[in-house]
Amino acid sequence: MNKKKSILLEVRDLKVYYKTILGDAKVVDGVSFKVNEGEIFGIAGESGCGKSTLVEGILRIIKPPGYIAGGKVLFRGINLLELNERELREIRWKRIAYIPQGAMSSLNPVLRVEEQIIDAILDHSDMSRDEAVELAKKILTELGLPEEVLNMYPHELSGGMKQRIIIATACALRPELIIADEPVTALDVVTLKEVLQTLTELRDKYGATIILIAHDMAVHAEVDDRIAIMYAGKIVEIGNVHEIFENPLHPYTKGIIESIPSIKKRKMIKGIPGIAPSPLNWPPGCRFHPRCPYANDACKSKIPELIEVEPNHLVACHLYR
Amino acid sequence: MIDTPLLELKHVTKIFKGGGLYGGREFKAVDDVTFSMPSKPNILALVGESGSGKTTIANMILGFLKPDRGEIFFEGENIRSWLKNKPKEFRRKVQAIFQNPYEIYNPFYRVDRVLKLTVKKFGLASSEKEAEELIYNALEAIDLRPKDVLGRYPHQLSGGERQRLMLARILLLKPKLIVADEPVSMLDVSIRAIFLNYLKEFKKQYGISCLYITHDLNIAYYIADKAVVLNLGRVVEIGSMEDIINEPLHPYTQLLIKCIPIPDPKARRKERLKLKKLPIREIRPEKGCPFVLRCPYAIKKCKEQTPPLIDVGGGHFVACYLYER
Repeated sequence: MNKKKSILLEVRDLKVYYKTILGDAKVVDGVSFKVNEGEIFGIAGESGCGKSTLVEGILRIIKPPGYIAGGKVLFRGINLLELNERELREIRWKRIAYIPQGAMSSLNPVLRVEEQIIDAILDHSDMSRDEAVELAKKILTELGLPEEVLNMYPHELSGGMKQRIIIATACALRPELIIADEPVTALDVVTLKEVLQTLTELRDKYGATIILIAHDMAVHAEVDDRIAIMYAGKIVEIGNVHEIFENPLHPYTKGIIESIPSIKKRKMIKGIPGIAPSPLNWPPGCRFHPRCPYANDACKSKIPELIEVEPNHLVACHLYR
Repeated sequence: MIDTPLLELKHVTKIFKGGGLYGGREFKAVDDVTFSMPSKPNILALVGESGSGKTTIANMILGFLKPDRGEIFFEGENIRSWLKNKPKEFRRKVQAIFQNPYEIYNPFYRVDRVLKLTVKKFGLASSEKEAEELIYNALEAIDLRPKDVLGRYPHQLSGGERQRLMLARILLLKPKLIVADEPVSMLDVSIRAIFLNYLKEFKKQYGISCLYITHDLNIAYYIADKAVVLNLGRVVEIGSMEDIINEPLHPYTQLLIKCIPIPDPKARRKERLKLKKLPIREIRPEKGCPFVLRCPYAIKKCKEQTPPLIDVGGGHFVACYLYER
């Protein structure tokens, strides 16, 4: 743990837009961040802020009318946006696994779990069937799942079990990076805890790096090392998770932190008045300014850049110039 | 003087017949549920995970479903008699807010209709002008500018605005009780807090009580005075919100509190979850305590008999043999 952290993934000024009859919806509009090897990097933000689209851009799985309008995605220095389909296929699943939102309902209802895990393994490796079966068993045991689930059909399994099988499948080939989009949404608290535990284990046991997308700040507080806060297609703040929760700098982050009820503290929560803007019509300047209690003239006209104001704590806000 | 409870459920049971070609098995969605809310304005959290029967209970209180056994009383009178003899008065006194703020509006009508119909149906105003005034006041009371929302179609409003319109509707009627079934689970956090604060405000200012149904103990702790914890259709614990969070007695409640994510990285718990056996399938025990299959303390008795609610003092009740004297 002491060795110097190297950067596994770097996203530079990524832009992912959707073509619409009203013009481009700039859903992800110039996002930059770095993910260190072996860390759990959280991306938080409310609905419509662009977190899922960001991931689809990183993995190049964005479908028309969406398209990548610019930027770089460097995975160990290789720009994923410049690879051809064949080269990209070599990286996806084998080296970068993706767990999309609602993945647990994508298990095929008429196939046993075993078939589905093996399919995924065979499709992305040169293993023989027997080797794939062995690997499937191994990964389940390692994640503490009973082997008997292999012979079961999805409808026989609980939601949490399905989600953990999806995670196990995604991780069967020991990817270096796992991107999980809302993996615990719609799960009951006990299964949520189990799934988070499974994710943390992947990092602790295999040193996998994880990008965790979740709208629920409490989930981030439980597992993240670092966290990025997104608002209206941009990252407004990045920092160590402790730092962000204790010393949030961006007024939006502050507002969010002050809006979450907790069983640890019975304090008044406030909320943020106003509504999130539309990607078809982002406000000029800082996109949060119409809801921001500290907004001044600069905020209304100039887009603030994401700058490091304290060591490893970046914020995009004119208050910290 | 004996207080007539605002709402009282007595041994309420709801059985659904399972599907399948051969008639299917019977399935107790709600099993012998008894609890009450006092007449003094209060917020009661009905806490449970999916499959706990919390929405079925809401539907029975609102009269959408009939209990198979047991009875529900509102202001001391059976709701069957309310619905039969004075349904309008019942609806005026008991209002609902549902989870999905997208589904409750008819997309073909402007949102005004929801408010205007309310005024009309319940005869709240004697003239068009008075009706308008009432609506304006209700909207302003929850910080919605009438000109921003009136005349709009549902799709033109955000989820938060749509859910807040429901609050405006409630203010028009000033009911005695709101049955709110996960009203904020589809709202963003920044909007959630505002919504929750209105419910608290309604209690304080207008004496409107609320049965707040949720799976989220963080929210329950914020909003409620008292909680009823459900597990697979049965009440396992009842107590003040403070007791439920800080001194949970039932092993199931304890598990919930151990698992709930806490929005504070300092409170991160290192301990790993140790359950007797992780449930591979979703199963309900045929008899005995609903939690018996996962409970680390289960004894033989727990499998055979259903534990009754035991009074442990201070308004705290728990259905667990561990607390039997």
